[in-house]
Amino acid sequence: MNEPVNPDGLSVLDRPNSYIGKTVPRPNLERLMQGRGLYVSDMVLPRMAHVVFLRSPHAHAKIIKIEADAAKRVPGVIAVVTGKELAAVITPWVGVLSHLKGLKSAPQSAIAIDRVCWQGEAVAAIVATSRAVAEDAAEIVSVTYEELDAVTDMRTALDPATPVIHPSLGDNLAFERNFDAGAVDAAFADSDAVVEADFIFGRHTGVTLEPRAVVADWSAAEARLTIYQGTQAPHMVQNLAALHLGLGEAQVRIVCKDVGGSFGIKVHIYADEMATYALAKLLRRPIKFVADRVESFNTDIHARDHRCKGKIGVKNDGTITAFEIDDLTGIGPYSMYPRTSAIEANQVVNLIGGPYASKHYRARARVVFQNKNVMCQYRAVGHPIACSVTEGLVDLAAMKIGMDPVEIRRRNLIPDNGYPCAAPSGLRFELLSHHASLNKLMAMMDYDKLRAEQAALRVKNIHRGIGIASFIEVTNPSAAFYGVGGAKISSQDGVAVRMDATGSIICQTSITEQGQGSESLTAQIVGSVLGVSMERVRVILGDTDNTPYGGGTWASRGAGIGGEAALQAAKILRKNILDVAAVILQASPSELDIVNNEVVNASDGAPRIELKELARIVYFRPDTLPPGIQPEMMATRHFVPREYPFAFTNGVQASWLEVDTDTGFIKLLKHWVVEDCGTIINPQLVDEQIRGGVVQGLGAALFEKCIYDERGQLTNANMADYLVPMSGEMPDIDVGHVVSPTSETELGAKGAGEAGTAGAAAAVSNAVNDALRPFGATITEIPLTPQVVLTALGRI
Amino acid sequence: MKASAFAYARATSVSNALELLAAHGDRAKVLSGGQSLMPAMNLRLISPELIVDIGELAELRGIAVTGDRVRIGALTRHVDLARSSEIAAHAPLLAEAIAHVAHPAIRNRGTLGGSLAHADPASELPACMLALNATVIVRGQTGERRIAAQDFFTGIYETALSPEELLVAVELPVSLKSSAHFFHEFARRHGDYAILGLAAQAIVNADTFADLRLAFFAVGDRPVLAKAARKLVGGALTSAAIVDACTALSEELDPHDDQQASASMRRHLAKVLLVRCVAALLDRPDLDAGGST
Amino acid sequence: MTAHVQISLEVNGERIDAHVPPRLNLADFLREHLSLTGTHVGCEHGVCGACTVRVNGDIVRSCLMLAVQTQDASVETIEGLSDSGEIADLQAAFRDRNALQCGFCTPGMLMAAQDLLKLEAEPDRDRIREHLSGNYCRCTGYQAIIDAIETTARARKERTS
Repeated sequence: MNEPVNPDGLSVLDRPNSYIGKTVPRPNLERLMQGRGLYVSDMVLPRMAHVVFLRSPHAHAKIIKIEADAAKRVPGVIAVVTGKELAAVITPWVGVLSHLKGLKSAPQSAIAIDRVCWQGEAVAAIVATSRAVAEDAAEIVSVTYEELDAVTDMRTALDPATPVIHPSLGDNLAFERNFDAGAVDAAFADSDAVVEADFIFGRHTGVTLEPRAVVADWSAAEARLTIYQGTQAPHMVQNLAALHLGLGEAQVRIVCKDVGGSFGIKVHIYADEMATYALAKLLRRPIKFVADRVESFNTDIHARDHRCKGKIGVKNDGTITAFEIDDLTGIGPYSMYPRTSAIEANQVVNLIGGPYASKHYRARARVVFQNKNVMCQYRAVGHPIACSVTEGLVDLAAMKIGMDPVEIRRRNLIPDNGYPCAAPSGLRFELLSHHASLNKLMAMMDYDKLRAEQAALRVKNIHRGIGIASFIEVTNPSAAFYGVGGAKISSQDGVAVRMDATGSIICQTSITEQGQGSESLTAQIVGSVLGVSMERVRVILGDTDNTPYGGGTWASRGAGIGGEAALQAAKILRKNILDVAAVILQASPSELDIVNNEVVNASDGAPRIELKELARIVYFRPDTLPPGIQPEMMATRHFVPREYPFAFTNGVQASWLEVDTDTGFIKLLKHWVVEDCGTIINPQLVDEQIRGGVVQGLGAALFEKCIYDERGQLTNANMADYLVPMSGEMPDIDVGHVVSPTSETELGAKGAGEAGTAGAAAAVSNAVNDALRPFGATITEIPLTPQVVLTALGRI
Repeated sequence: MKASAFAYARATSVSNALELLAAHGDRAKVLSGGQSLMPAMNLRLISPELIVDIGELAELRGIAVTGDRVRIGALTRHVDLARSSEIAAHAPLLAEAIAHVAHPAIRNRGTLGGSLAHADPASELPACMLALNATVIVRGQTGERRIAAQDFFTGIYETALSPEELLVAVELPVSLKSSAHFFHEFARRHGDYAILGLAAQAIVNADTFADLRLAFFAVGDRPVLAKAARKLVGGALTSAAIVDACTALSEELDPHDDQQASASMRRHLAKVLLVRCVAALLDRPDLDAGGST
Repeated sequence: MTAHVQISLEVNGERIDAHVPPRLNLADFLREHLSLTGTHVGCEHGVCGACTVRVNGDIVRSCLMLAVQTQDASVETIEGLSDSGEIADLQAAFRDRNALQCGFCTPGMLMAAQDLLKLEAEPDRDRIREHLSGNYCRCTGYQAIIDAIETTARARKERTS
């Protein structure tokens, strides 16, 4: 019962012509490939105006005076609005949740009023007939600042001599969490070796190709605000926009349209977007805001700015005795709203040591305010930090006792028959497959052959390395993530499915699409359960007026939660259809099935009545049905995880690379992932999510870093200087699977969207250290730039 | 990021372009390929009053070989250089370097003249001009000037060109049969600006260099024709000579610190490249055994 | 003297006459004046490739060209290449291989891919990666795109042989 399922075994939905487990092309790709997508950045509405935000050049400064008279007179300028003026329309917010004990943050306004707290924070809005004119006018708005000392080093943010950014808060500590399980000191004392290292991570940002874009349309006549925005969580935006603008929930509609990439960047509430909503209301016309690339770097949430001290104890036989971490992360001046900027650190604490059986674990995590851009959840939230630290420590322990890194993992990963169980951090695992995954990885990459190749090349002064990283991933979160803390973020999702008069199927789902395949998975599930072909299934998503209420797509929950809702709703509709069919055919529903768009005999598959004929009768000729029958061709079901607060998945990754020890340059030769995400609805889509996630992790490992100077200036806010991974440097990635479905749902699907990002950087770091073993160099910092590598080798 | 407003004039001839430049001086900018100018304008790093578009001037196009000289018009696009049989035959260093310049879409618009006039110290073509002993030909209303490539690049984005002059062509000596060339740059990703690069042209005589021109780029405020090359010219090449040259190179270079590399890393990479270059030019892989620097 | 300039050009085979400010770049001209929004804007400094179009048969970054520079030029956008059927096989391969997720980089990718396939009959994977090295994708990690282009190249070669 608790063994991982053979991936060749039967799926839960073993129905004729089932789409579950099938690679089918996503519907509606044509329009994207023809350049006929409908992105918010493409939108034009009548009388629409454009907003450009004048942004602070200083990391920390008082706003003394804003002179906008000349700017207002520029032809084409409609308004110049300051924070004070906008405060009459929209209220400030505080990014805290009650379940993160002690988390504190100061109120943040849509546009800064008396003080700016990061370089890039908006101090005024210029609204004009075009972006170009608004930028011209912005150049002649005169702002008088009084510069203040900026807090730009997390290491000294809590020192008494460092200025406190928000005096009302008392200090720069946003959040601290301490955790102690088992008997860590005794475990270390009992170890044969204890290894420590400082892990340093570069600050990152998402760099979505379509920047953040909003069109806010306030119709004064209807007293209704329609916000076009590529958000992952439209109902959350609806709730909070209404709340802060003093509107009723029903007065606000969110429409998502096509989204040019999100990865968590577009799941948050941004001050400039809230300002855009407020400006639409104030000026009574549609307002469009599209961040340009420089603004994106300065204001899209950043993530992963951590310095983590890690410690591991190990016995000579390879048994890991204990993990300990002291993690420090420097966020921006405000905790982001409403998901908070403490979640990433909280996740790090939760996830350290996750794959391993050791029971002794102690952690301290501190989150401190800085005068830099705000930081919040970005793909894989906290997992990359936790995985890099854990897997880095495991490799260090292996090296210390002279054990192969695969062998030490074999001796410590939680046994595959050891479930359900709980991690020392309190996480509950239903069923994972660390060993089966590792075995599969070893076969896929031919580990022994690579080791032999490595040895042969070392003799010729060519240095290649293998890095392994095991990981667990949080997916399908329940209310435990946000709801319990008071956030207006739904952890349930719903699907309404109906059959229309010619037998076509319309689904409305509360999950959202940013390219991962939400539309496809919904259509595949509904098509399979109902017995209709996917071409007949139309999916509507991303519109709060036209979908059930739900959480949306984030934290890898779309397939597991939204998919289950689709399955359950389709089951009800199927039953309703068969009930009517039974009446029409004078049979009993259990004798019938729906296959290939028609009702058939369950026993021999003989066709009985086409769905479109049944629909015609239901909708146009109910007079021909027996008395009392009220056909219901529409069903809605919601689903929320109740038993497990999170559906954990697991996987393992490997990196094979070469380090040029003369230049410090690293060439990624190959990458592998074995992932267990439960039932797979569309294998190609899952594998592609993993590949995309891996490459983001590879970007983190080698290239990406937001470089701030000591004055709090972001010095590389463009795509020439902030290095994102491009095709020329990325390896091919082989993906394999083990399947351990969750029994919490009938679908059995867990999430997969973030797995690639969780472990990729850890695998690369371990591979580099493996390659540099002969030189005695160990690097626990990313990005692994040539400068970092050469310094570690002592060559410069 | 929208450029600030400017006036636009499409030059009808070189003299027409020169009239416009003379009238507006440094408030005008010349537009050829636009691949460096446009990003700067979009980012509002520069706000010229007038853009003089020379894109239609046929007299600035073309690659011609006359005797022992190759003349390349300023409006010759990077892609034209890459595809030119004359360049492949007579200046193969250029053909090889071009593949490293940005990406195909940029190479379809960017021009040789534009690249040289822009003088980004991390770009490839200025260094190639040094290695190839090129002459830059500029024209003003008072006439034409011929400037040796070594004297043309004077600082970051600075050249010997005055705001009222136009770069019209480049001339290089046809490469000899005994010529060999080497080009390499260290860059984080395909098409990125180099962290450090080397364009080299040599005359090889059995196992020795009769001539060696080593033009390093991304080593400071301009490309550098390394005097250290003299240590390797004439006479057999020993490990000692190479070490000597590396030391001289390290002393000669004054690289900058930036986000990609520190000055000491650039010095180190320059030495690595020197060794790899010599080994490649002489077909002596033994000289690049690694660890020698 | 930032007077508008009269231009006359061909876009996807259609003659276009327009009166534009000099500072208007080609990407914005296509998107805002002609409502051809398939050409996307991702960076406005020529690095991401989302704005790639064809001018006189050559792929260019439309954010780095001024509309006024297209006088007498023939401009082709993703809409044009789609409607003519020129890249139908490439698009089918992208669809089957899921070589797009959010779709924002896709028009530029298809432009660059078609450019390569017109230059070379059977580029290997390294060559494909190199030619596309100036087109940023954040969703796919590139492999599926390389696969789709490789498949298309092979199929075209088979059709012509």
